[in-house]
Amino acid sequence: MLEIKNLVKKYNTGDLAINGVDLKVEKGQVMALIGPSGAGKSTLIRCVNRLENPTSGEIWLNGENIVKMRSRKLRRARRNMGMIFQEYALVERLTVMENVLSGRLGYVGFWRSFLRKFPQSDVNAAFGLLNKVGLDAMVNKRADELSGGQRQRVGIARALIQNPDILLVDEPTASLDPKTSRQIMRLITELCEENQLAAIINIHDVALAQMYAERIVGLRDGKIVYDGSPDDLKPDVLTEIYGKEDWTAVRKRKPKKDQSEDDITASEEHLAEMQ
Amino acid sequence: MNKTQSKPENAGNTCQTSANPARTWSPPPFIENPTLRWGLLLGLAIYLFLSIGSLDVNWNRIYEGLDRGAKFIFGFMNPNFAGRWTDISEGMIESLVMTVTSTALGIAISIPIGFGAARNLAPLPVYLFCRGVIALSRSFQEIIVAILFVAIFGFGPLAGVLTLSFATIGFLSKLLAEDIESIDKSQAEAVQATGSKWWQWLNYGIQPQIMPRLIGLSLYRLDINFRESAVVGLVGAGGIGATLNTAFDRYEYDTAAAILILIIGIVMLSEYISGYIRKGVQ
Repeated sequence: MLEIKNLVKKYNTGDLAINGVDLKVEKGQVMALIGPSGAGKSTLIRCVNRLENPTSGEIWLNGENIVKMRSRKLRRARRNMGMIFQEYALVERLTVMENVLSGRLGYVGFWRSFLRKFPQSDVNAAFGLLNKVGLDAMVNKRADELSGGQRQRVGIARALIQNPDILLVDEPTASLDPKTSRQIMRLITELCEENQLAAIINIHDVALAQMYAERIVGLRDGKIVYDGSPDDLKPDVLTEIYGKEDWTAVRKRKPKKDQSEDDITASEEHLAEMQ
Repeated sequence: MNKTQSKPENAGNTCQTSANPARTWSPPPFIENPTLRWGLLLGLAIYLFLSIGSLDVNWNRIYEGLDRGAKFIFGFMNPNFAGRWTDISEGMIESLVMTVTSTALGIAISIPIGFGAARNLAPLPVYLFCRGVIALSRSFQEIIVAILFVAIFGFGPLAGVLTLSFATIGFLSKLLAEDIESIDKSQAEAVQATGSKWWQWLNYGIQPQIMPRLIGLSLYRLDINFRESAVVGLVGAGGIGATLNTAFDRYEYDTAAAILILIIGIVMLSEYISGYIRKGVQ
C-alpha cells in the first residue's frame, strides 16, 4: 500500500538525513520506527506527507507517486495520511471540536469550513471519535485548556476523522508520562486494528515499540539497519541501531504482543510479573 | 616563627582563606578600551555643552511671552464649552466619524498587506512589495501626508480619512506581519497535513494564532487615529483639529481648552474600553 523506494533527503545545510531507504508497509500493519535522535525518523515520515520534499526517490501510496504530486493531487493524497505529532500540534486557540473537524478540511469547501458549517456526517463522526477517545465532555473546551494526554487524544481524533489509509505518528509519547504513554499507544494500535489502518510510529522508547508494534524497523544515520519482528530485537541488534551499550536491562522485559483492551493497571501488573 | 613551622598544606589553606576576601569583581565594561570609553564620554559632554550654548535664547521674548502663557493657562482654568458648542460638537462628531472610517478602511487594507509582508507566508516578490508599502507609510509623518491629501482632495474630512488610513497601514501591517512570522509553525503544519486548501490553512492554521494581537492592535490604532484626527485637522483635513485651529487663531483659549479636555476625556475613555476588550480576547 505504501512503498518507499530509494528515498534520499539532503537538507540545504548539507545534512544527509535519509540515505537510500526502501520500505514497504502493508495495509493494516503497525510498524514502529526506532533509532537514535538524528537518525532521520521524523524526516522520513515528514517526507511521506511532503511536509519535507525528498531530494530523490519515490514514495508510492495506493499506486500513486507522492513525490511527483503538485498542489491539488498532493492535497488529495494528504487526506489519506493522518498525522499525529509529538507536541500534539493542536491549534491552541480553537476548540476541541474545531481541531477534530479540521481533519475534514481536505473534504469540505472553504466557506463551509470558514462558517464552521461542516456536513452532519462529519459532525457525527467527530462526536463518535471524541466519545471513543474519552473526551465527550471537552467538546467546547479550547485546546490549550487540556492536559498533554487529552491533547494527544484530540490529535488522534483529528487524524482519524480524515478517514486515512495510514497513520504517520511522530513520537506520540515523548512528552507524556509513562502511564499516559501506554494509554496513547494502546489507543493508536487499537484504532488501527479496528479500522484496518497501517501506521508508521516513530518512537524512541524501545520497550513501548516492542509492546505495541508488530514490526520494528531500525534506522541509523538515514539507513535501515533492522527490519523484523519485535521478538528478534536482541542486544546485538540494538547495538547496531543505537551503538554500544549494555542492553541487558532491556532484555529482561520480554516483549508483549496483542495487547487487548485490559486497563492500565492490568498491563502494569503484567509488567511487574515479568520483571 | 609559628608560620614557618606549620605544615605546607596548612600554610596553603590559610593563604587561600586570607586571599579570598581580597578578590574583587566588577562587571566587564561595555567598552573594553579605557581611553576610548572615557574619550567618548568626554566628547559627548563637550558636544552637549556646545549644543546648549548654540541655542539662541532670547530672555526678553520669554519674559513677554510669559504673559501670553499665563493667559493660555488661565483659559484652561475656565474652559468654555457653551460659547462655540455647535462648532465643537460638529468637529467632534466629524472626528469620530473620521476615526472609525479610517480605522476600518486601514484595517481592511492592512490585513492583506500584513500577510504579504510575512516572510513565512509570502513569496519574495510579494514580500518585498508589501514591505515597501509599509516602509513608505512609515516614513511619512501624518502631517506631511495630510498636507499632500489636502492639496489633492481639498479641505475636509476626506483628506483626513485617507491620511489616517494610510498611516494605519504602516502601523498595523508591520506589527501584524511580525506576529505572523513568530507563529507556532507546528500548528500550521498540522492543518496543512490534513490536506486543507490554502485559504482553509490560513483560516485554521494561522488566523487563530494572530487574532488576539490583531484585535488588540486594531483597538490601539483606534485610539491613535482619534488623537491624530485632531492633529491632521490643524492642516485642514477636517475634524476637531480644524475647530481647535480656529479657536487658537481667534485667541479663544477657553474654547481651545474645552476642546482639549474633550479630546483627553475621549482618549481616556477609549483607552479604558479597549484595555477591557483586549483583556477579554487574550
